[in-house]
Amino acid sequence: MTLAARTTASLPAGLATLIAGRRRLALLAGGALTLGCALLALVAIGQGAIAIPPARVAEILWARFTGDAALLDGRDVLVVMNIRVPRVLLGLLVGAGLAVSGALMQGLFRNPLADPGLVGVSAGAGLAAAATIVLGDRFLTGTLMKLPFAVLPFGAFCGGLISTLALYLIATRQGRTSVATMLLAGVALGALAGAMTGLLAFISDDRQLRDLTFWSMGSLGGASWTKLSAIAPIIIPLLLAMPLLARGLNGLMLGEAEAYHLGIPVQRIKALAILLVALAVGASVAAAGLIGFVGIVVPHLIRLAIGPDHRLLLPLSALGGAILLVGADIVARLVVAPAELPIGIVTAAIGAPFFLWLLLRRSGPLDV
Amino acid sequence: MSETTAKETFIEARGLSFRAGGRDLVREASLELAPGTTTILIGPNGAGKSTLLKLMTGEAKPSGGEIRLDGEALAAIPAWRLACQRAVMAQHARLVFPFSVYEVASLGVDGIGRAMTRLRRDALVGESLAAAGVLDLAGRAYQTLSGGEQQRVQFARVLCQIEAGRSVASRQALFLDEPIASLDLCHQLALLDMARAIAGRGVAVLIVLHDLNLAVTYADHLVVMDQGQIIAQGAPARTLDDALLRQVFKVDLSLSRAPAPGLPFLLPQQHRLTPAA
Repeated sequence: MTLAARTTASLPAGLATLIAGRRRLALLAGGALTLGCALLALVAIGQGAIAIPPARVAEILWARFTGDAALLDGRDVLVVMNIRVPRVLLGLLVGAGLAVSGALMQGLFRNPLADPGLVGVSAGAGLAAAATIVLGDRFLTGTLMKLPFAVLPFGAFCGGLISTLALYLIATRQGRTSVATMLLAGVALGALAGAMTGLLAFISDDRQLRDLTFWSMGSLGGASWTKLSAIAPIIIPLLLAMPLLARGLNGLMLGEAEAYHLGIPVQRIKALAILLVALAVGASVAAAGLIGFVGIVVPHLIRLAIGPDHRLLLPLSALGGAILLVGADIVARLVVAPAELPIGIVTAAIGAPFFLWLLLRRSGPLDV
Repeated sequence: MSETTAKETFIEARGLSFRAGGRDLVREASLELAPGTTTILIGPNGAGKSTLLKLMTGEAKPSGGEIRLDGEALAAIPAWRLACQRAVMAQHARLVFPFSVYEVASLGVDGIGRAMTRLRRDALVGESLAAAGVLDLAGRAYQTLSGGEQQRVQFARVLCQIEAGRSVASRQALFLDEPIASLDLCHQLALLDMARAIAGRGVAVLIVLHDLNLAVTYADHLVVMDQGQIIAQGAPARTLDDALLRQVFKVDLSLSRAPAPGLPFLLPQQHRLTPAA
């Protein structure tokens, strides 16, 4: 036994190299992703019907930041500040929120294939949105109000939150939440919500059906500072809570009992993570519609690159998710310009094949 | 009951019962863990050994009876403080994501060692990995290790936690549930030696074991369980006898005495099934 308390600490050479290598890799990955995210955002802001070179975009943003009025002149400034910047910020925020939500769910369920879409959060939000589009329209015809599109985000947000709370209550017995029950119940609730959404689609008219279809494929179009200021306070808490949750999630990887033995407040971590994810996903769905696969693809790629330690995985997933969504938005606006593709199509076109590859690559059976 | 007096007791369980699925998994079990003492829990499969361990660590809530740590009710102690006072190595620990051996061992110190410097924490992890004989595996993915290697990594994690908690808690306990089940003989003895060395520094150690010869060799205090009840407990030499073997383990073997320390031992060579079995 060499474990007697020592005042000086020394590391075996091999271990010191290992730890230093890991820290270098983390720093490198963090730096590269931050830089990539910033550059991509500049490109995304410049790209569109009125093309603005990234250098000019940077100039406008810098002038705006320093308040240099001489440089804030012209049509491109208006385009950048009122249309492009809110859109890119929405993409960054929704992408980061979805990717972190995915990473949290996978940690919580101890399952690399878990995703907010899998536990019914998205399905609940989708059902509420469909109900708003189809039924809201029906009840409000004849009245002066033209509500559906103002109410839609709020409805989606409530739907996501309600389905998560229902799931949480179903899976909780005597103060303990069973993640396995939650996963299975989530699949069932998702199917139920899907059936009801289908029923709504069945009774809807052509215009409603078109609204429903577009909304269910997701879009960053229609981003505005108002929309942004509505969802930022809901998604940002999730990003701020990352350091708070990371250590607990690492402990949970050994199992709930082991996490408890390590001194982790397991129930509190679970409840906090579920609540923050429900809020963030509800807000994302409300602002940008249903965008799939960000929550599975991004955390998995980050795990492959730097390992599963949540202290790195969560922040790097946020950056990766932001990059993926802003990148997908660029693609969505480019391929059929001047029209734009729903962004959900782009992320699913990347995500679904990747997901299949993930399944084929697994050597062992699935752990649920 | 034993050599330990009430004043020395660190963890005291009184009349513990645990019911699940309409069955009594543990019935009226009373047990004391004293600092510096290695207590070994033996009994046939399904006797309730692991359940009793879960009750004593706070993982499961007893349906009857109570557990006190230094006189304080276990249920009232928050998880983080408990983590400084006791470390637990469970029977199985599966990991879904490819955490490295270094990361798994670090979990023992990440939570409760936050007051330490990073260098001190890393050094502690290194020392524990070396002590458990898995330092050269530090960079490997835990999932790719053999069962025995995984068990040693878990032991390293527990060593980290005990060492990290030492600066905070005045008294500590270490719980090991079948820690040597997947180990070869050399590592079985090494792990039990270390567990005893930890007890030697004043930690109360409770180990669930199946090998009666090892149990007798390493125990200061031997506890025998059967059908949820503690059947006998005390000094190993006085606790284990032929009648108990027949009654609890359903084997018709007679104990012999080892020459030097005079401890009882078993020779499975003389095994023959009891007519009833």
